[in-house]
Amino acid sequence: MTIKRSFRWLGNVGLELIVPAALIAAWWIASLHSTDIYYPPLKEIVETLHSFWFFAHFGSDAVPTLVHLGIGWAIAVVVGVVVGTVLGLSELAAEVVKPLLEFVRSVPIVALLPIGLLILGIGPTFQVTVIAFGAVWPVLLNTMDGVGSVDPILVDLGRSFRIPHRLRLLKITLPAAMPNIVTGMRTSVSIAVSIVIFSELMGATSGIGYQILLAQDTFAVAEVWAGVILLGLLGYLLNVLFRGLEHILLRQHRNMGDLQR
Amino acid sequence: MTTVTKTHDATEERHNRPLLSLQGVTKRYGSPAAPLVLEAIDLDVARGRFVSIVGPSGAGKTTLLRCMAGLISPSSGSVIMDGVEVTGPPSALALVFQDYSRSLLPWMSIRKNVELPLRSQSIGKADRRDRAVEGLAAVGLSEATDRYPWQLSGGMQQRVAIARALAYRPEALLMDEPFASVDAQTRADLEDLTLRVREQFDMTIVLVTHDIDEAVYLGDEVIVLSGSPTCVRKRIEIDLGRERDQLTTKSSSRFTHLRAEVLALIQRDRAPAQDATA
Repeated sequence: MTIKRSFRWLGNVGLELIVPAALIAAWWIASLHSTDIYYPPLKEIVETLHSFWFFAHFGSDAVPTLVHLGIGWAIAVVVGVVVGTVLGLSELAAEVVKPLLEFVRSVPIVALLPIGLLILGIGPTFQVTVIAFGAVWPVLLNTMDGVGSVDPILVDLGRSFRIPHRLRLLKITLPAAMPNIVTGMRTSVSIAVSIVIFSELMGATSGIGYQILLAQDTFAVAEVWAGVILLGLLGYLLNVLFRGLEHILLRQHRNMGDLQR
Repeated sequence: MTTVTKTHDATEERHNRPLLSLQGVTKRYGSPAAPLVLEAIDLDVARGRFVSIVGPSGAGKTTLLRCMAGLISPSSGSVIMDGVEVTGPPSALALVFQDYSRSLLPWMSIRKNVELPLRSQSIGKADRRDRAVEGLAAVGLSEATDRYPWQLSGGMQQRVAIARALAYRPEALLMDEPFASVDAQTRADLEDLTLRVREQFDMTIVLVTHDIDEAVYLGDEVIVLSGSPTCVRKRIEIDLGRERDQLTTKSSSRFTHLRAEVLALIQRDRAPAQDATA
């Protein structure tokens, strides 16, 4: 990286930080002497965030939320990629199943939570299951599209050189479908975050959502706000982590793009 | 003694029969009422020959090649490879695709691209590597083995595709307009490279092209196809000798004569169609 480019990069980061920093400063100053019970001073919220979440309740509530999120999302990705690949490889299966998939996926997952709660009861199984169920669709449908739309020349390549099916799948089809798969994974992360919190608001004995609900019931407004801010921070952190994962998964694809530019 | 004679006969027979033979091949896509793309193609490719197939644009050249490669099956008639009817891609054939940029895998190094087809056969890791290195050396890309396809020029990418086909060690190479999208100089280089590897590996080559100069320059014989539905218009022996040279061969009067003959056949074929639409 040249010096000129590093300066530009620093400048860009600076620009990105200006607006959030200004907003936070404005909030801080405007709320400094607030006596409104619903809008406590930001100072108080930050203090609560520190005392409550870092790290008194982090292990007991934030960690379970993140663990459920991670397991549920991982299940969604594995199931989505496997089923999506099978359906993507068979045009007939895809044709038969697609209307059903589109229907199931367009049912708002939130509407299915009461049923899930009835069947599975309060507990981690409920959380993980509903996360996996809600987050699987974008991965599955995108994988199906990606696998189904692999360049016909690559299909010919695999066939004419008699490359075994397993190798074709691992070395040709899945890498070719990877940009689609990653797009699906990205969408499913944000869905999974929404579902984990919502499911905790409905039925849980710990978790960030559970603590927010508890704080609301006890009129601990600063704690509610602190929980929301924590979620924002975690969401941002997950996004950064996902970008790292994407960076690894799409290494070669990115290089191709660089060349074409 | 008898067994030896038998073996000898068998070898003889094998040498006399064509490596690849198309017998009454027709092809239509879809319903039996759909128009014919190929109409009763009879065509023999003898072992060790370089056969150029040329035809007007819109003729079913690629369809014909895909039938030969066992990627699609003919609607009627049969494709026979070395005495055996082709029902799927035969192991003795390797394809060089027209669109090199799409036929190489961008997520693999050049060497891995060349090695991939070898992984289907029971070849050891070291052997695979050797064959890939040999193939890449034959096309002059020994230095580029660890680079990626998108780091190479179009001409180099097509050389990788040729190396991949060579490392597969087929008896015949099928090339589908392999030099259609490179510049003229690269194209001439690739043509000569093809002639060189053909000598080096003693390969049978079938080249499909729309370029008449290329067909005549490279081929031992040129098969001229008609417009649609496609059939074989004529087989022309190219008696320009085994050694070809971009300058002397292409400026010889014999070359000019053969080129004119092929061109006349193709133009004659196009004329009635144009009259009909006029």
